[in-house]
Amino acid sequence: MVGIVGYGAKIPRHRIKVEEIAKVWGADAESYKRGLQLTEKSVPAPDVDCVTLSVEATKYALKRAGITGDKIDALYIGSESHPYAVKPSGTICAEAIGATPNCHNADYEFACKAGSEAMFVSLGLVKSEFCNYAVGIGADTSQGAPGDALEYSAAAGAASFIMGRENILAECLYTHSWMSDTPDFWRREHQHYPQHGGRFTGEPAYFRTIKGCAYALLEKSGMKPEDFKYAVFHQPNGKFPMRVGKMLGFEREQLETGWLVPTLGNTYSGASPIGLTAILDIAEPGDNIFMVSYGSGAGSDGFIFKVTDRIKEVQDLCPKTRPQLDENKIYVDYGTYAKFRKKILKND
Amino acid sequence: MFPARIWREFPQRYRLEAVKNKDTGEVYFPPRYVSKDGKKFNGEKYILPDEGKIFTYTVIEVPPSQFKDEAPYVVCIVELTDGTKLTCQITDFDKDWLDIGKKVRLEFRRVQTDAHHGVLSYGYKAVPAE
Repeated sequence: MVGIVGYGAKIPRHRIKVEEIAKVWGADAESYKRGLQLTEKSVPAPDVDCVTLSVEATKYALKRAGITGDKIDALYIGSESHPYAVKPSGTICAEAIGATPNCHNADYEFACKAGSEAMFVSLGLVKSEFCNYAVGIGADTSQGAPGDALEYSAAAGAASFIMGRENILAECLYTHSWMSDTPDFWRREHQHYPQHGGRFTGEPAYFRTIKGCAYALLEKSGMKPEDFKYAVFHQPNGKFPMRVGKMLGFEREQLETGWLVPTLGNTYSGASPIGLTAILDIAEPGDNIFMVSYGSGAGSDGFIFKVTDRIKEVQDLCPKTRPQLDENKIYVDYGTYAKFRKKILKND
Repeated sequence: MFPARIWREFPQRYRLEAVKNKDTGEVYFPPRYVSKDGKKFNGEKYILPDEGKIFTYTVIEVPPSQFKDEAPYVVCIVELTDGTKLTCQITDFDKDWLDIGKKVRLEFRRVQTDAHHGVLSYGYKAVPAE
Protein backbone atom coordinates (compact mmCIF):
# COMPACT_ATOMS: atom_id res chain seq x y z
CA MET A 1 0.00 0.00 0.00
CA VAL A 2 1.41 3.42 -0.99
CA GLY A 3 0.01 6.88 -0.65
CA ILE A 4 0.12 10.23 1.10
CA VAL A 5 1.48 10.17 4.66
CA GLY A 6 1.65 13.95 5.14
CA TYR A 7 0.42 17.03 3.29
CA GLY A 8 0.52 20.80 3.62
CA ALA A 9 -0.35 23.93 1.69
CA LYS A 10 0.94 27.48 1.81
CA ILE A 11 -0.93 30.46 0.39
CA PRO A 12 0.53 34.00 0.62
CA ARG A 13 -1.49 36.62 2.56
CA HIS A 14 -1.54 39.34 -0.10
CA ARG A 15 -4.43 39.64 -2.59
CA ILE A 16 -5.38 41.85 -5.50
CA LYS A 17 -8.95 42.21 -6.77
CA VAL A 18 -9.95 41.91 -10.42
CA GLU A 19 -11.36 45.48 -10.25
CA GLU A 20 -7.96 46.86 -9.27
CA ILE A 21 -6.26 45.30 -12.31
CA ALA A 22 -9.09 46.16 -14.70
CA LYS A 23 -9.06 49.81 -13.56
CA VAL A 24 -5.46 50.24 -14.70
CA TRP A 25 -6.00 48.74 -18.17
CA GLY A 26 -9.40 50.31 -18.88
CA ALA A 27 -11.01 46.86 -18.92
CA ASP A 28 -14.48 45.88 -17.77
CA ALA A 29 -13.99 44.12 -14.43
CA GLU A 30 -17.44 42.51 -14.50
CA SER A 31 -16.70 40.88 -17.86
CA TYR A 32 -13.46 39.43 -16.55
CA LYS A 33 -15.08 38.26 -13.32
CA ARG A 34 -17.87 36.61 -15.28
CA GLY A 35 -15.58 35.19 -17.97
CA LEU A 36 -12.92 33.84 -15.62
CA GLN A 37 -15.25 33.21 -12.66
CA LEU A 38 -12.78 34.66 -10.20
CA THR A 39 -12.85 37.80 -8.08
CA GLU A 40 -9.31 38.09 -6.72
CA LYS A 41 -5.97 36.30 -6.66
CA SER A 42 -3.08 35.73 -4.27
CA VAL A 43 0.04 37.86 -4.68
CA PRO A 44 3.52 36.85 -3.47
CA ALA A 45 5.42 39.49 -1.50
CA PRO A 46 8.95 40.26 -2.74
CA ASP A 47 10.41 37.90 -0.14
CA VAL A 48 8.16 35.02 -1.23
CA ASP A 49 9.06 32.69 -4.09
CA CYS A 50 8.43 29.10 -5.11
CA VAL A 51 11.14 27.90 -2.69
CA THR A 52 9.83 29.71 0.40
CA LEU A 53 6.29 28.50 -0.31
CA SER A 54 7.60 24.95 -0.80
CA VAL A 55 9.49 25.03 2.50
CA GLU A 56 6.48 26.21 4.50
CA ALA A 57 4.12 23.70 2.84
CA THR A 58 6.62 20.88 3.45
CA LYS A 59 7.06 21.81 7.13
CA TYR A 60 3.30 21.33 7.52
CA ALA A 61 3.50 18.04 5.61
CA LEU A 62 6.27 16.77 7.90
CA LYS A 63 4.24 17.67 10.96
CA ARG A 64 1.23 15.77 9.63
CA ALA A 65 3.44 12.81 8.65
CA GLY A 66 4.96 12.78 12.14
CA ILE A 67 8.50 12.42 10.77
CA THR A 68 11.61 14.60 10.69
CA GLY A 69 13.29 15.93 7.55
CA ASP A 70 16.21 13.50 7.74
CA LYS A 71 13.82 10.62 6.92
CA ILE A 72 13.14 12.08 3.47
CA ASP A 73 14.92 10.11 0.71
CA ALA A 74 13.82 12.22 -2.27
CA LEU A 75 12.38 15.69 -2.76
CA TYR A 76 11.06 17.16 -6.00
CA ILE A 77 9.66 20.62 -6.66
CA GLY A 78 7.53 21.14 -9.74
CA SER A 79 7.26 24.77 -10.81
CA GLU A 80 7.49 27.10 -13.76
CA SER A 81 8.81 29.90 -11.55
CA HIS A 82 11.99 28.42 -10.10
CA PRO A 83 13.96 31.42 -8.77
CA TYR A 84 17.18 30.39 -10.52
CA ALA A 85 17.58 29.55 -14.22
CA VAL A 86 20.57 27.39 -13.24
CA LYS A 87 20.61 26.08 -9.67
CA PRO A 88 18.07 23.74 -8.16
CA SER A 89 15.20 24.96 -5.98
CA GLY A 90 14.95 21.55 -4.34
CA THR A 91 18.34 21.71 -2.64
CA ILE A 92 17.30 24.89 -0.81
CA CYS A 93 14.05 23.29 0.33
CA ALA A 94 15.78 20.04 1.31
CA GLU A 95 18.44 21.95 3.27
CA ALA A 96 15.76 23.99 5.06
CA ILE A 97 13.77 20.95 6.20
CA GLY A 98 16.90 19.02 7.21
CA ALA A 99 16.71 16.39 4.44
CA THR A 100 20.28 16.89 3.20
CA PRO A 101 22.70 15.32 2.46
CA ASN A 102 21.34 11.79 1.91
CA CYS A 103 18.53 12.76 -0.44
CA HIS A 104 17.74 12.61 -4.16
CA ASN A 105 16.69 15.88 -5.66
CA ALA A 106 15.45 17.31 -8.96
CA ASP A 107 13.35 20.22 -10.16
CA TYR A 108 10.49 19.53 -12.55
CA GLU A 109 8.95 21.70 -15.23
CA PHE A 110 5.85 21.00 -17.33
CA ALA A 111 3.88 24.25 -17.24
CA CYS A 112 1.07 23.73 -14.69
CA LYS A 113 1.58 19.95 -14.46
CA ALA A 114 4.99 20.08 -12.79
CA GLY A 115 3.57 19.63 -9.28
CA SER A 116 1.61 16.49 -10.09
CA GLU A 117 4.70 15.16 -11.90
CA ALA A 118 6.64 15.50 -8.66
CA MET A 119 3.82 13.65 -6.86
CA PHE A 120 3.71 10.94 -9.55
CA VAL A 121 7.46 10.28 -9.42
CA SER A 122 7.46 10.32 -5.61
CA LEU A 123 4.71 7.71 -5.53
CA GLY A 124 6.61 5.56 -8.02
CA LEU A 125 9.84 5.67 -6.03
CA VAL A 126 8.06 4.74 -2.83
CA LYS A 127 6.08 1.97 -4.51
CA SER A 128 9.23 0.47 -6.03
CA GLU A 129 10.87 0.65 -2.57
CA PHE A 130 13.70 2.83 -3.87
CA CYS A 131 12.66 5.31 -1.18
CA ASN A 132 10.84 5.07 2.13
CA TYR A 133 9.63 8.67 1.96
CA ALA A 134 9.58 10.97 -1.07
CA VAL A 135 8.20 14.51 -1.25
CA GLY A 136 6.36 15.87 -4.28
CA ILE A 137 5.73 19.61 -4.28
CA GLY A 138 3.78 21.86 -6.65
CA ALA A 139 4.65 25.54 -6.19
CA ASP A 140 4.46 28.66 -8.31
CA THR A 141 4.61 32.44 -8.22
CA SER A 142 3.53 32.86 -11.79
CA GLN A 143 3.48 35.97 -13.93
CA GLY A 144 0.96 37.19 -16.49
CA ALA A 145 1.92 39.95 -18.91
CA PRO A 146 0.55 43.37 -17.88
CA GLY A 147 -2.95 43.83 -19.32
CA ASP A 148 -3.16 40.23 -20.59
CA ALA A 149 -6.03 38.00 -19.48
CA LEU A 150 -3.48 35.93 -17.56
CA GLU A 151 -2.66 38.88 -15.32
CA TYR A 152 -6.11 38.55 -13.72
CA SER A 153 -5.48 34.94 -12.71
CA ALA A 154 -1.72 34.19 -12.36
CA ALA A 155 -1.30 33.63 -8.61
CA ALA A 156 0.97 32.06 -6.00
CA GLY A 157 0.78 29.05 -3.70
CA ALA A 158 2.25 25.64 -2.93
CA ALA A 159 1.20 22.16 -1.87
CA SER A 160 3.50 19.46 -0.56
CA PHE A 161 2.83 15.73 -0.26
CA ILE A 162 5.01 13.19 1.50
CA MET A 163 4.54 9.75 -0.03
CA GLY A 164 5.21 6.61 1.94
CA ARG A 165 4.17 3.03 2.64
CA GLU A 166 3.30 3.23 6.35
CA ASN A 167 0.84 5.40 8.29
CA ILE A 168 -0.90 6.40 5.08
CA LEU A 169 -3.69 8.97 5.28
CA ALA A 170 -4.79 8.61 1.64
CA GLU A 171 -3.94 5.47 -0.30
CA CYS A 172 -3.17 5.93 -3.98
CA LEU A 173 -5.25 3.27 -5.76
CA TYR A 174 -4.57 4.17 -9.40
CA THR A 175 -2.62 6.66 -11.51
CA HIS A 176 -2.62 7.49 -15.18
CA SER A 177 -0.76 9.98 -17.37
CA TRP A 178 -1.94 11.27 -20.76
CA MET A 179 0.00 13.61 -23.04
CA SER A 180 0.43 14.96 -26.54
CA ASP A 181 2.43 17.73 -28.23
CA THR A 182 -0.07 20.59 -28.04
CA PRO A 183 1.48 24.09 -28.10
CA ASP A 184 -1.23 26.04 -26.25
CA PHE A 185 0.98 28.02 -23.82
CA TRP A 186 4.72 28.64 -23.74
CA ARG A 187 7.52 30.94 -22.69
CA ARG A 188 10.71 31.10 -24.74
CA GLU A 189 14.09 31.52 -23.08
CA HIS A 190 14.86 35.06 -21.83
CA GLN A 191 11.21 36.08 -22.19
CA HIS A 192 9.70 37.46 -19.00
CA TYR A 193 6.06 36.62 -19.70
CA PRO A 194 4.41 33.58 -21.29
CA GLN A 195 2.41 33.54 -24.53
CA HIS A 196 -0.76 31.55 -25.10
CA GLY A 197 -3.00 30.45 -27.92
CA GLY A 198 -6.15 32.20 -26.68
CA ARG A 199 -9.18 29.97 -27.14
CA PHE A 200 -6.91 27.17 -28.43
CA THR A 201 -5.94 26.63 -24.78
CA GLY A 202 -9.51 25.37 -24.18
CA GLU A 203 -11.01 22.59 -26.30
CA PRO A 204 -7.99 20.96 -28.04
CA ALA A 205 -5.69 21.52 -25.08
CA TYR A 206 -7.23 21.62 -21.57
CA PHE A 207 -10.49 19.75 -22.21
CA ARG A 208 -9.16 17.07 -24.58
CA THR A 209 -6.19 16.30 -22.33
CA ILE A 210 -8.03 16.20 -19.02
CA LYS A 211 -10.85 14.14 -20.51
CA GLY A 212 -8.33 11.76 -22.11
CA CYS A 213 -6.62 11.19 -18.78
CA ALA A 214 -9.84 11.03 -16.76
CA TYR A 215 -11.59 8.51 -19.05
CA ALA A 216 -8.47 6.30 -19.07
CA LEU A 217 -8.22 6.48 -15.28
CA LEU A 218 -11.90 5.61 -14.82
CA GLU A 219 -11.55 2.68 -17.23
CA LYS A 220 -8.38 1.45 -15.52
CA SER A 221 -10.04 1.58 -12.10
CA GLY A 222 -13.46 0.33 -13.16
CA MET A 223 -14.95 3.20 -11.14
CA LYS A 224 -17.63 5.73 -12.05
CA PRO A 225 -17.95 9.45 -11.15
CA GLU A 226 -20.59 8.62 -8.54
CA ASP A 227 -18.05 6.44 -6.69
CA PHE A 228 -16.16 9.57 -5.62
CA LYS A 229 -16.93 11.96 -2.80
CA TYR A 230 -14.64 14.62 -4.30
CA ALA A 231 -13.02 15.49 -7.61
CA VAL A 232 -10.43 18.16 -8.35
CA PHE A 233 -9.09 19.32 -11.69
CA HIS A 234 -6.53 21.85 -12.81
CA GLN A 235 -8.08 25.28 -12.35
CA PRO A 236 -6.66 28.02 -14.61
CA ASN A 237 -9.93 29.92 -14.10
CA GLY A 238 -13.21 29.25 -12.39
CA LYS A 239 -15.03 28.05 -15.47
CA PHE A 240 -12.81 25.30 -16.91
CA PRO A 241 -12.69 22.86 -13.95
CA MET A 242 -16.44 23.06 -13.41
CA ARG A 243 -17.11 22.52 -17.12
CA VAL A 244 -14.74 19.58 -17.50
CA GLY A 245 -16.09 18.06 -14.29
CA LYS A 246 -19.63 18.19 -15.62
CA MET A 247 -18.53 16.81 -19.02
CA LEU A 248 -17.09 13.80 -17.18
CA GLY A 249 -20.26 13.26 -15.15
CA PHE A 250 -19.31 14.82 -11.80
CA GLU A 251 -21.79 16.95 -9.84
CA ARG A 252 -21.09 20.46 -8.51
CA GLU A 253 -21.07 19.15 -4.88
CA GLN A 254 -18.16 16.83 -5.72
CA LEU A 255 -16.16 19.69 -7.25
CA GLU A 256 -16.71 22.62 -4.90
CA THR A 257 -14.40 21.63 -2.02
CA GLY A 258 -11.25 21.61 -4.17
CA TRP A 259 -12.42 24.53 -6.35
CA LEU A 260 -10.30 27.34 -4.87
CA VAL A 261 -9.64 29.42 -7.98
CA PRO A 262 -12.47 31.99 -7.54
CA THR A 263 -10.56 33.67 -4.68
CA LEU A 264 -7.09 32.14 -5.06
CA GLY A 265 -6.40 32.53 -8.78
CA ASN A 266 -4.42 30.08 -10.87
CA THR A 267 -1.49 28.78 -8.85
CA TYR A 268 -0.17 26.87 -11.89
CA SER A 269 1.82 23.87 -10.60
CA GLY A 270 0.08 24.30 -7.26
CA ALA A 271 -3.48 24.44 -8.62
CA SER A 272 -4.98 20.94 -8.39
CA PRO A 273 -2.49 19.90 -5.64
CA ILE A 274 -3.66 22.77 -3.37
CA GLY A 275 -7.24 21.81 -4.23
CA LEU A 276 -6.41 18.29 -3.04
CA THR A 277 -5.13 19.66 0.30
CA ALA A 278 -8.44 21.50 0.82
CA ILE A 279 -10.26 18.20 0.24
CA LEU A 280 -7.98 16.26 2.61
CA ASP A 281 -8.62 18.94 5.26
CA ILE A 282 -12.26 17.86 5.55
CA ALA A 283 -12.29 14.33 4.11
CA GLU A 284 -13.63 11.37 6.06
CA PRO A 285 -12.18 7.86 6.19
CA GLY A 286 -13.32 5.84 3.18
CA ASP A 287 -13.85 8.84 0.87
CA ASN A 288 -12.59 8.38 -2.69
CA ILE A 289 -10.91 11.37 -4.37
CA PHE A 290 -10.44 11.83 -8.11
CA MET A 291 -7.71 14.25 -9.23
CA VAL A 292 -6.52 15.20 -12.71
CA SER A 293 -3.92 17.91 -13.26
CA TYR A 294 -3.16 19.69 -16.51
CA GLY A 295 -0.01 21.24 -17.90
CA SER A 296 0.17 23.10 -21.17
CA GLY A 297 2.30 21.59 -23.84
CA ALA A 298 0.32 19.36 -22.93
CA GLY A 299 -0.41 16.59 -20.44
CA SER A 300 -2.38 15.42 -17.43
CA ASP A 301 -1.57 13.25 -14.43
CA GLY A 302 -4.51 11.47 -12.84
CA PHE A 303 -4.74 9.98 -9.34
CA ILE A 304 -7.38 8.10 -7.39
CA PHE A 305 -6.95 8.32 -3.62
CA LYS A 306 -8.86 6.50 -0.88
CA VAL A 307 -8.80 8.27 2.49
CA THR A 308 -7.86 6.16 5.53
CA ASP A 309 -8.77 6.37 9.22
CA ARG A 310 -5.53 8.24 9.95
CA ILE A 311 -6.83 11.40 8.26
CA LYS A 312 -8.74 12.42 11.39
CA GLU A 313 -5.53 12.40 13.46
CA VAL A 314 -3.66 14.84 11.22
CA GLN A 315 -6.16 17.34 9.82
CA ASP A 316 -5.89 19.76 12.75
CA LEU A 317 -2.12 19.55 13.25
CA CYS A 318 -1.36 22.49 10.90
CA PRO A 319 -3.14 25.44 9.30
CA LYS A 320 -5.76 24.19 6.84
CA THR A 321 -6.04 25.45 3.29
CA ARG A 322 -9.46 27.21 3.33
CA PRO A 323 -8.65 29.41 6.34
CA GLN A 324 -5.36 30.43 4.69
CA LEU A 325 -7.41 31.44 1.67
CA ASP A 326 -10.29 33.17 3.47
CA GLU A 327 -8.68 34.79 6.53
CA ASN A 328 -6.03 37.44 7.31
CA LYS A 329 -5.88 38.80 3.79
CA ILE A 330 -3.93 41.96 2.93
CA TYR A 331 -5.25 43.69 -0.19
CA VAL A 332 -2.77 45.59 -2.34
CA ASP A 333 -3.30 48.22 -5.03
CA TYR A 334 -1.92 47.83 -8.54
CA GLY A 335 1.13 50.00 -7.79
CA THR A 336 2.17 47.80 -4.88
CA TYR A 337 1.39 44.68 -6.93
CA ALA A 338 3.55 45.99 -9.80
CA LYS A 339 6.41 46.65 -7.37
CA PHE A 340 6.03 43.24 -5.70
CA ARG A 341 6.05 41.46 -9.06
CA LYS A 342 8.95 43.53 -10.42
CA LYS A 343 6.88 44.89 -13.30
CA ILE A 344 8.52 48.31 -12.91
CA LEU A 345 11.75 48.95 -14.79
CA LYS A 346 14.36 50.67 -12.66
CA ASN A 347 17.83 52.08 -13.13
CA ASP A 348 19.73 49.51 -11.08
CA MET B 1 27.67 38.73 -2.33
CA PHE B 2 30.21 35.91 -1.99
CA PRO B 3 28.35 32.55 -1.70
CA ALA B 4 30.62 31.19 1.06
CA ARG B 5 29.45 33.88 3.44
CA ILE B 6 25.78 32.89 3.32
CA TRP B 7 26.53 29.16 2.90
CA ARG B 8 28.33 29.07 6.26
CA GLU B 9 25.20 30.33 7.97
CA PHE B 10 22.65 27.94 6.41
CA PRO B 11 22.23 25.77 9.56
CA GLN B 12 21.19 28.75 11.67
CA ARG B 13 19.36 30.72 8.98
CA TYR B 14 17.50 27.77 7.40
CA ARG B 15 16.92 25.47 10.37
CA LEU B 16 17.29 27.70 13.46
CA GLU B 17 20.17 25.56 14.73
CA ALA B 18 21.59 26.90 18.00
CA VAL B 19 23.99 25.47 20.56
CA LYS B 20 23.02 24.57 24.12
CA ASN B 21 25.57 24.35 26.93
CA LYS B 22 24.97 20.85 28.32
CA ASP B 23 26.12 21.87 31.79
CA THR B 24 24.32 25.19 32.27
CA GLY B 25 21.47 24.95 29.75
CA GLU B 26 22.45 28.31 28.21
CA VAL B 27 21.48 28.65 24.55
CA TYR B 28 23.70 30.46 22.04
CA PHE B 29 22.32 31.77 18.76
CA PRO B 30 24.04 32.22 16.36
CA PRO B 31 25.71 28.99 17.49
CA ARG B 32 29.11 29.16 19.16
CA TYR B 33 31.15 27.00 21.52
CA VAL B 34 32.68 29.75 23.66
CA SER B 35 30.66 31.02 26.61
CA LYS B 36 29.97 34.65 27.56
CA ASP B 37 33.02 34.64 29.82
CA GLY B 38 35.27 33.35 27.03
CA LYS B 39 35.51 29.71 28.10
CA LYS B 40 34.99 26.59 25.97
CA PHE B 41 31.98 24.52 26.98
CA ASN B 42 30.41 21.16 26.33
CA GLY B 43 27.71 22.07 23.79
CA GLU B 44 25.12 20.24 21.71
CA LYS B 45 22.99 21.16 18.71
CA TYR B 46 19.66 22.62 19.71
CA ILE B 47 16.78 23.57 17.38
CA LEU B 48 15.01 26.76 18.41
CA PRO B 49 11.22 26.90 18.55
CA ASP B 50 9.66 28.88 15.70
CA GLU B 51 7.11 30.78 17.79
CA GLY B 52 7.45 33.70 20.16
CA LYS B 53 6.50 37.33 20.73
CA ILE B 54 7.86 40.74 19.80
CA PHE B 55 10.28 41.81 22.55
CA THR B 56 11.02 45.15 20.89
CA TYR B 57 11.18 46.60 17.38
CA THR B 58 12.35 49.54 15.31
CA VAL B 59 11.28 50.96 11.97
CA ILE B 60 14.07 51.36 9.42
CA GLU B 61 13.36 54.42 7.29
CA VAL B 62 16.85 54.84 5.79
CA PRO B 63 18.06 51.36 4.84
CA PRO B 64 21.33 49.98 3.53
CA SER B 65 21.38 49.94 -0.29
CA GLN B 66 20.44 46.24 -0.67
CA PHE B 67 17.17 46.85 1.24
CA LYS B 68 16.24 50.18 -0.33
CA ASP B 69 13.13 48.84 -2.08
CA GLU B 70 11.77 47.47 1.19
CA ALA B 71 11.85 50.68 3.26
CA PRO B 72 10.25 51.47 5.55
CA TYR B 73 10.58 48.03 7.14
CA VAL B 74 10.57 46.71 10.67
CA VAL B 75 13.37 44.89 12.45
CA CYS B 76 12.52 43.30 15.76
CA ILE B 77 13.89 41.21 18.57
CA VAL B 78 11.73 38.14 18.98
CA GLU B 79 11.60 36.38 22.33
CA LEU B 80 10.96 32.76 21.42
CA THR B 81 8.83 30.46 23.57
CA ASP B 82 11.99 29.00 25.18
CA GLY B 83 13.24 32.47 26.12
CA THR B 84 15.91 32.73 23.41
CA LYS B 85 16.00 36.11 21.67
CA LEU B 86 16.91 36.68 18.04
CA THR B 87 16.83 39.62 15.64
CA CYS B 88 14.96 39.54 12.35
CA GLN B 89 12.63 41.43 10.05
CA ILE B 90 8.84 41.35 10.52
CA THR B 91 6.74 40.97 7.40
CA ASP B 92 3.12 40.42 6.22
CA PHE B 93 1.44 42.61 8.85
CA ASP B 94 -1.02 45.49 9.00
CA LYS B 95 0.36 48.68 10.54
CA ASP B 96 -2.32 48.65 13.27
CA TRP B 97 -1.22 45.19 14.39
CA LEU B 98 2.41 46.02 15.19
CA ASP B 99 3.15 46.23 18.94
CA ILE B 100 5.45 44.86 21.61
CA GLY B 101 4.14 41.56 22.94
CA LYS B 102 2.37 40.50 19.75
CA LYS B 103 2.67 36.81 18.94
CA VAL B 104 4.78 35.93 15.91
CA ARG B 105 5.94 32.85 14.03
CA LEU B 106 9.19 32.48 12.12
CA GLU B 107 8.74 31.73 8.42
CA PHE B 108 11.24 30.84 5.71
CA ARG B 109 11.65 33.87 3.44
CA ARG B 110 14.01 35.43 0.96
CA VAL B 111 16.16 37.73 3.10
CA GLN B 112 18.45 39.36 0.57
CA THR B 113 18.63 39.54 -3.21
CA ASP B 114 21.98 40.37 -4.77
CA ALA B 115 20.77 42.51 -7.73
CA HIS B 116 19.49 40.60 -10.80
CA HIS B 117 22.45 38.27 -11.14
CA GLY B 118 23.73 37.36 -7.66
CA VAL B 119 23.01 34.58 -5.24
CA LEU B 120 19.73 34.65 -3.28
CA SER B 121 19.88 34.53 0.51
CA TYR B 122 17.13 32.80 2.44
CA GLY B 123 16.43 32.75 6.15
CA TYR B 124 13.77 33.49 8.75
CA LYS B 125 11.42 36.42 9.16
CA ALA B 126 8.72 36.96 11.75
CA VAL B 127 5.06 37.00 10.65
CA PRO B 128 1.92 37.54 12.75
CA ALA B 129 0.78 34.38 14.50
CA GLU B 130 -2.57 35.73 15.67
